[in-house]
Amino acid sequence: MLLIDINACIGCGLCEANCAFAAIRVVDGIAEVNENCTLCGACVDFCEAGALQIEGREEAVKDDLSQWTGIWVFTEYRHGRVAPVSYELLGAGRKLADRKGVLLSAVLLTDSAGEVPGELISYGADQVYVVEDQGFAQFTDDVYGNALEDLARQYKPEVILAGATAIGRSFIPRVATSLKTGLTADCTQLDIQEEDGVLLQTRPAFGGNIMATIACTGRRPQMATVRPLVMKANAPDPGRQGKIMRCAIAPDRLLSRIKVRNFFPLAGDQVKLNEADIVVAGGRGLESEKGFLLIAELAQELGGAVAASRAAVDSGWIAYPHQVGQTGKTVSPKVYIACGISGAIQHLVGMQSSDTIVAINRDANAPIFDVAAYGVVGDVFEILPKLIDKIKETRAS
Amino acid sequence: MKIIVCIKQVPDAKDVRLDPKTNTLAREGVQSIINPYDRHALEEAVRIKENMGGTVTVMTMGPPQAEEILREAVSCGADEAVLVSDRAFAGADTLATTYTLSQAIKKIGGADLILCGKQAIDGDTAQVGPGLAVRMGMPYVTCVRKISAAKDKPFIVERLMDDGYDEIEIELPALFTVVKEINEPRLPSLKGKMKAKKLSVTTLTAADINADASQLGLKGSPTWVVRVFAPQFKGQRTMIQGTVQEQVDQLAEKILEWC
Repeated sequence: MLLIDINACIGCGLCEANCAFAAIRVVDGIAEVNENCTLCGACVDFCEAGALQIEGREEAVKDDLSQWTGIWVFTEYRHGRVAPVSYELLGAGRKLADRKGVLLSAVLLTDSAGEVPGELISYGADQVYVVEDQGFAQFTDDVYGNALEDLARQYKPEVILAGATAIGRSFIPRVATSLKTGLTADCTQLDIQEEDGVLLQTRPAFGGNIMATIACTGRRPQMATVRPLVMKANAPDPGRQGKIMRCAIAPDRLLSRIKVRNFFPLAGDQVKLNEADIVVAGGRGLESEKGFLLIAELAQELGGAVAASRAAVDSGWIAYPHQVGQTGKTVSPKVYIACGISGAIQHLVGMQSSDTIVAINRDANAPIFDVAAYGVVGDVFEILPKLIDKIKETRAS
Repeated sequence: MKIIVCIKQVPDAKDVRLDPKTNTLAREGVQSIINPYDRHALEEAVRIKENMGGTVTVMTMGPPQAEEILREAVSCGADEAVLVSDRAFAGADTLATTYTLSQAIKKIGGADLILCGKQAIDGDTAQVGPGLAVRMGMPYVTCVRKISAAKDKPFIVERLMDDGYDEIEIELPALFTVVKEINEPRLPSLKGKMKAKKLSVTTLTAADINADASQLGLKGSPTWVVRVFAPQFKGQRTMIQGTVQEQVDQLAEKILEWC
């Protein structure tokens, strides 16, 4: 229930202005809530009079929290390669573990562990839980989910982090549901609450228009998926010592109900986007598929990858794997050159952590300039060909 | 074959934004729409029905006004509609939502196939599909971009991954979440609109679905929102001035320095 203290309410309307669901209105100088209310709590935070409160927060069931300790990072290991986000999470997890004075563990599920456990230790893990089984040769939600769930029940971590990748976003909800605990998707910031050591999980909502900080106070483990390229990996320290713990999972839990028959890799260029040092991106201002030839040419000249805003992808000028933003990829290159992109917030959340952002746009008021280190107001069709020529020319001389 | 499509009414996210100056939501003219991914799930369900026979039931959990999107879904090819609505459901996070939906699906006799959009554009969590599958005891595949179905054979689906796509064989009952590229949703037909108008929507309350009250709504939700705030962006915003050629020269110099 959203409780409104009618004596405290000053009828200012801040709650009404901040409700995304049109669920609260000021009527005759007092706030009134209607059936659209989802109890999201946005109005409570915005109320300056302290007139709003959400009642009923106490959990029906509370886990014995003291039994659960340590921070876990799920290691995404696919086709012989550790996903970079796993190293990033070991960097972020290291900080959380140090603040709490607990162990940081990596979980590795694989058909063949090889040198990976040692690598995970060099990136910051104190210990690595390794389960080696043929059942992990292909990613299936049930087998990966069962294994992580069983390990969590046995060793009781207080926090489990995983990358917000196709794999993490697919099977981590399975684990959270089976463990009947909370899960926050797509976090961009993690912190520890001073008073009680609870994990504060911050994520974009409403397509990135609003940031929300989420907590899971009464259940364990606290689970979160974290966007790639947001956290920083520590430099690997080959001399770091850690413990490798080989674990077994009950055989019946390693049988999948689905069969992965084949894998079809994306063309190289598309995969590179997340990892490229230089990204050249085009938006609505490119006007057509042909416009993207300019983007491709500049990207090629600079040895970079091609990206696009959702508007350009929705218009069919370029394929979805190139999309950067809330519903596309997150990138964090050294240089991001945004051409003809106005900078809708959905796009900004996918590229704002780039080291240097250059924006070229006709509209001087475009929000893309707010995140740009350097901006050029002008016509992309005039500027890009000249820019490509100039770069070629300078490189040639 | 009994197909259930779970849909959600969402504010059109592209219209919702927080004004960083006043720190208030600009909500003017924000429409409530069917979550865009769910349209693709519905379209796929209707195509499978047309191909293999069966019924398509759309289900949503939400306030009474969410009935609008159920009618819209029927006008686009769904046969039946179920509204799962009760004050007790308010404040549900994904764990409580999947419990509620699974109870409702069991109440109407279960399903052979459940389809969902890969995520809703208001929360973007992508958690309800997988969570619902767990509650129903069904295998699932997320981010499906193609479904090949033939009678008496396992389904073959393509799952979009970060590095390509997997081809997967799976037996029903199962749940899939779908991405936009799976199909192009149809517009409402005239016949569909007539049907939607006359349709009586089944409403299920907490009592109807035999729900355990401690697992519903805010009470059944382990996660809660501590605070919300406007995203901060930092750009030094140095504008490169001059004629086009001067701008290009300065920009090229900088870019060559970096690259």
